Amino acid sequence: MKKNPLLGRDVISMRDFGAAEIRAILERCRWFEKNREPLLQGKVLANLFFEPSTRTRLSFDAAMKRLGGATIGFADSLSTSISKGESLWDTIRVAEGYCDIMVIRHPAEGSARLAAEATRLPVINGGDGSNQHPTQTLLDLYTLKQRTGRIEGLKVAFVGDLKYGRTVHSLIRSLSWFDAKLWLVSPPSLRLPEDFLEDLRETGTEHHVVEELAAIPADVEVLYLTRIQKERFVDAVEYERVRNTYQVNPGNVARFGDKLTLMHPLPRVNEIHAALDAHPGAAWFDQAHNGVIVRQALLALCLGAA
Amino acid sequence: MGRGSAPKRAKADESSPGAAEVKPANAKMQVSAVRSGTVIDHLGPSTAFKALKILGVAADATVLIGVNLDSAKLGKKDILKIEGRELTDDEMNKVALLSPQATFSIIRDFVVVKKFRPTLPDTVEGLIRCVNPACVTQDPRVTGRFLVIGKEPLKLRCYFCERSLRENEVEFL
Repeated sequence: MKKNPLLGRDVISMRDFGAAEIRAILERCRWFEKNREPLLQGKVLANLFFEPSTRTRLSFDAAMKRLGGATIGFADSLSTSISKGESLWDTIRVAEGYCDIMVIRHPAEGSARLAAEATRLPVINGGDGSNQHPTQTLLDLYTLKQRTGRIEGLKVAFVGDLKYGRTVHSLIRSLSWFDAKLWLVSPPSLRLPEDFLEDLRETGTEHHVVEELAAIPADVEVLYLTRIQKERFVDAVEYERVRNTYQVNPGNVARFGDKLTLMHPLPRVNEIHAALDAHPGAAWFDQAHNGVIVRQALLALCLGAA
Repeated sequence: MGRGSAPKRAKADESSPGAAEVKPANAKMQVSAVRSGTVIDHLGPSTAFKALKILGVAADATVLIGVNLDSAKLGKKDILKIEGRELTDDEMNKVALLSPQATFSIIRDFVVVKKFRPTLPDTVEGLIRCVNPACVTQDPRVTGRFLVIGKEPLKLRCYFCERSLRENEVEFL
């Protein structure tokens, strides 16, 4: 049996994994597509969600139950001792006695890393503010591999809000380890932060910072779309302009051909024309469904059951 | 200092031990010797006052400060001479975060007893504030920690929120 890349480890940040480890994790995920063995029977997952989440929380819940395990937890911090002033450290130390593994989502950036220090149990980051969301990145990479057959050397265009989205940040950084060529399409106000651009320069990743969909070459293989949030704009008129500029529809994606893969982390608002759900490359629901498979693999690997 | 070598005497007309590049014409203007204490040389220009602040040097301490002096090595540099206080290795490492090329000499009775060129540690704990207002270390119950990811120029990354800090963004606690 191949070495378990996650045995005795946490899943906090994509920075913690090298390219070979990411490949190994994705390879292990495939087994969970067709197998539903109760590998985690008798184990308990604590879903510690200090801020609301639908997909991440439900998919971890589903993943644990598919593996025969049980889940406990909370869906917001209002009903916890945090609202009474308890420190995150203490909350984690208490929860440690109730479970075998934890998933934490928390608005403070770095909270998952702190939680991992507080406990001897494995911790999986379900999103810490706008920092990291590694399970989303892994499910995106898994979907990319499923759709295109590889994660190396892909030509990917990211479109929309590249400034605030942790999903995009984490995926861009990960793709840069696999020789991707990137087009970063956004209005100037939502451009990828300088820190990330610097990382791309350091890794020698070919990237193009552009403002128009028309600047994406026709041979791009993946369009990764994001939701542009109204609250990011001071000027409502500017929001409307940007929102309409980056909407993709059957007309403006036709030039990329049928082999194009279209991705979106969801939820979406109106950045994708409804007709594109029928596009052969539309992968957003695959991403959501793959979330369960990837999280099954992560739970089983972290607990040494796979 | 090598074993068996004679202790070096700190001269009154030296800006600091080992500071050979300071022109003699400037030397008198810049100094007088420290009897016992610490000389910090090769501080980056305009960093001397910050160094005093992070070292918590008392307002009534005897300190000689040279700011924006000519330096063959650095172009411009600052010098600090702190009378009556021998800095610890930890304190010297702290100053090195502010000015990585700084050199230190500990003086006792005008004799240099220790020369120290600090090396930046791989991890810095508890000295620096993360600039990210959303970082979990904004909770005063959490001690900050930074990974040193670049030494010249200095670049740090918050161990928790992963935000990078450049030299000019470093804020000491």
